Amino acid sequence: MTTTNEYTASTKTGRLANFVDTRVGASTIVKEFGRKVFPDHWSFMFGEVALYTFVLLLLSGTFLTFFFDPSMTHITYEGSYVPLKGIGMSAAMASTLDISFDVRGGMFMRQVHHWSALLFVASLSVHMLRVFFTGAFRRPRELNWVVGGVLLIMGLAAGFTGYSLPDDLLSGNGLRIIDGVMKALPVVGTYLSMFFFGGEFPGVHVIPRLYSLHIMIVPAVIILLLVVHLFMVVTHKHTQYPGPGRTNDNVVGFPVGPVYAAKAGGFFFIVFGIVAFISGIFQINPIWNYGPYDPSPVSAGTQPDWYIGFVDGALRLMPGVLGDFSFVWNIPFPWGDNSLVLSVLLPALVPAGALFAVMFAWPWIERWVTKDNREHHLLDRPRNAPFRTAMGAAGVVFYCVMWAAASSDLIATHFHVALNDVTYWLRVLFFVGPLVAFWLTRRICLSLQRKDREIVLHGREAGIIQMSPEGGFSEKHEEVDVYKRYVLTNFNDNQYIPAQPDAAGHISRKEKRRAKISKFFFEDRVAPVTPSELEAAKAAHGHHEVEGEKQDSIEK
Amino acid sequence: MKALSKKRRHPLAAVALLLFGLLITGSLYTAAGSISEAKAADTTTASQSDVDEGGKLFVANCATCHGMNAEGTNTGPSLIGVGAASVDFQVGTGRMPMQMQGPQAQAKPVQFTDDQISQLAAYVASLGAGPAIPDEESLDTTKGDAAHGGTVFRVNCAMCHNAAAAGGALTRGKFAPTLAGVSEKHIYEAMVTGPQNMPVFNDSNITPDEKRDVVTFLKTIEANGSAGGFALGSLGPVAEGLFVWTAGLGIIIAFTIWLTSRPS
Repeated sequence: MTTTNEYTASTKTGRLANFVDTRVGASTIVKEFGRKVFPDHWSFMFGEVALYTFVLLLLSGTFLTFFFDPSMTHITYEGSYVPLKGIGMSAAMASTLDISFDVRGGMFMRQVHHWSALLFVASLSVHMLRVFFTGAFRRPRELNWVVGGVLLIMGLAAGFTGYSLPDDLLSGNGLRIIDGVMKALPVVGTYLSMFFFGGEFPGVHVIPRLYSLHIMIVPAVIILLLVVHLFMVVTHKHTQYPGPGRTNDNVVGFPVGPVYAAKAGGFFFIVFGIVAFISGIFQINPIWNYGPYDPSPVSAGTQPDWYIGFVDGALRLMPGVLGDFSFVWNIPFPWGDNSLVLSVLLPALVPAGALFAVMFAWPWIERWVTKDNREHHLLDRPRNAPFRTAMGAAGVVFYCVMWAAASSDLIATHFHVALNDVTYWLRVLFFVGPLVAFWLTRRICLSLQRKDREIVLHGREAGIIQMSPEGGFSEKHEEVDVYKRYVLTNFNDNQYIPAQPDAAGHISRKEKRRAKISKFFFEDRVAPVTPSELEAAKAAHGHHEVEGEKQDSIEK
Repeated sequence: MKALSKKRRHPLAAVALLLFGLLITGSLYTAAGSISEAKAADTTTASQSDVDEGGKLFVANCATCHGMNAEGTNTGPSLIGVGAASVDFQVGTGRMPMQMQGPQAQAKPVQFTDDQISQLAAYVASLGAGPAIPDEESLDTTKGDAAHGGTVFRVNCAMCHNAAAAGGALTRGKFAPTLAGVSEKHIYEAMVTGPQNMPVFNDSNITPDEKRDVVTFLKTIEANGSAGGFALGSLGPVAEGLFVWTAGLGIIIAFTIWLTSRPS
């Protein structure tokens, strides 16, 4: 018999806890993870919002599955909503009406589900914008950026499949567009549509099929990617904004236990509360107004939920013909003509595809152009990466023009302008807007950087007017404190890197192309203040503060 | 028959045939038109004095655009045959007299009293047969079927007026107005007369009973209000998306700033 010096708990609870711990080893995990430090900033919390709204979606969605009947069986509605009584509709629509009007708390849960879906995708998007504009996707986080992008696409997929389930008029119109896009493909289009809908649109199979995707496949993929995403966040450590004491090798913030456990736990309930409040007070997707789906009526003001809006907008912007040029190409096959309907395929697939392609590829594009393969755990202030911020702004404007086009009819009625003019202007903006946004954003970033330089070198305008003994007036400039100066002077400064010859002394065509882009991105740049510049400025001002001596240590 | 076939090569045979064809087409058209023309029983028996008074009002307020005898000018259409319902709708909703020329006449505060409107209507009705002002019976929403009216509305009206009757945009600055707050009579009259850019829904297209169902449907959803809370203008996903991006995210951001703030 060996004697072990194993810990024996003295209380009953302690013994129970110890029993569990010696078998699952939870204390090691808690000890390790509980001391994990996360930095504190409001803009870091949108990913959390997405996570919490996703939990809300799972909870409310489970409730809805108890009562929803995903079937396209034709029945007569006999529920309590009078204006639809006795109307024929699918079982899916009827059960959604029952959830809304006859199931206790059903209306609230439906609205919780739908509002949190809108908020889920919105917070995902804002989270990705934050990551992009602060450069948090740089090494080592490129793959996590891709996982995040796929999560966004899955969010869109979850939203669209769910939006279509009630089989109401509004969502049916959306499915009709999907049907149209499929049929715009030559040869295979009609077959694809027939397979997807199980016969001629709308068929009898599409709702059950979307239901399987919506409640099983898509959420499973989201959960899987979510785990991967969070695991990578823990492995990589969280990024932080630059500041004194914050380096690429540390994380300044609070530990998970107890600070973040409490904060995040509390924040979950806050998000829950906000969504519940909105759902209790504001109506969303009143399918009883839209009525059951029937392929003949199309309501005015038919739009998809906001996150699909940009695709709908692109479709609205696309002209069917350009003068005499038709976007429909009839391909003369031996068996007859098959049409390739580019006026549908181009807007439905190309802008969204381009947007996501650039988004996914951006970390590699940036790494290639800047030749910067270092690890980055310190974030950029957006102004300190003018090229990236400008590209992001161009992308945002590109997206928003299409987004606005999806509500062109409401813009027309609410601002009393002609629908045609709205479309013409948005078509112009579709091409010009991103360019203007790029140029303008870059100029603004460079100006802000110049302002930062000015503040570091000559101090902040104090708003105090001094009168000299001679009677001249001047404004007093206060020197910024050392913390602020650190933030203003310490940033990742990308410069134009001319084309480099390879080992054989040859400059490849690809390298020349890279140099061209690098020049375009970094030709105009504002360099951070160097210690010697600061010294010179101070000497010129006649300042001789003690802080001047510390400068070297601050500037590295 | 032989006499007829003998004359088939007569120089005027083609002319005769054409005349015959036109006669057949014309009479068929008249027959079809009289069947499908909206006929609401004319309960307001207009007296000659009403017509005379209406004529005076017409000359003073409408003739500039519609012509001294309502025959129409370059700036306004002829009103012969538009019927009393048309006048009652256009003048009764304030669309006429028109505030200004534009893609379509905008509703504005009504300019005439009810008596004056009925006098004007009587005058225009006296110029030629047209749809009359609907009677009480065809507007009685207690006799209508809201559910059936909803189906008719979605198939015939929702593409312009929106499924929730919130209104919508048409081309080149024209629009379909919201139907909330529009009286039963005016809804019915709009259907039978097709004001502005609206098509006419005659009685064979939508029967008088179905028109009453549509009115009933509209009044029912108006009375029901929005079951799920504030309707955000019944404008659908655009309003919802705008709300979540402004109010929703706004509240969230306020909380995130609060959670990460430090006492200073």
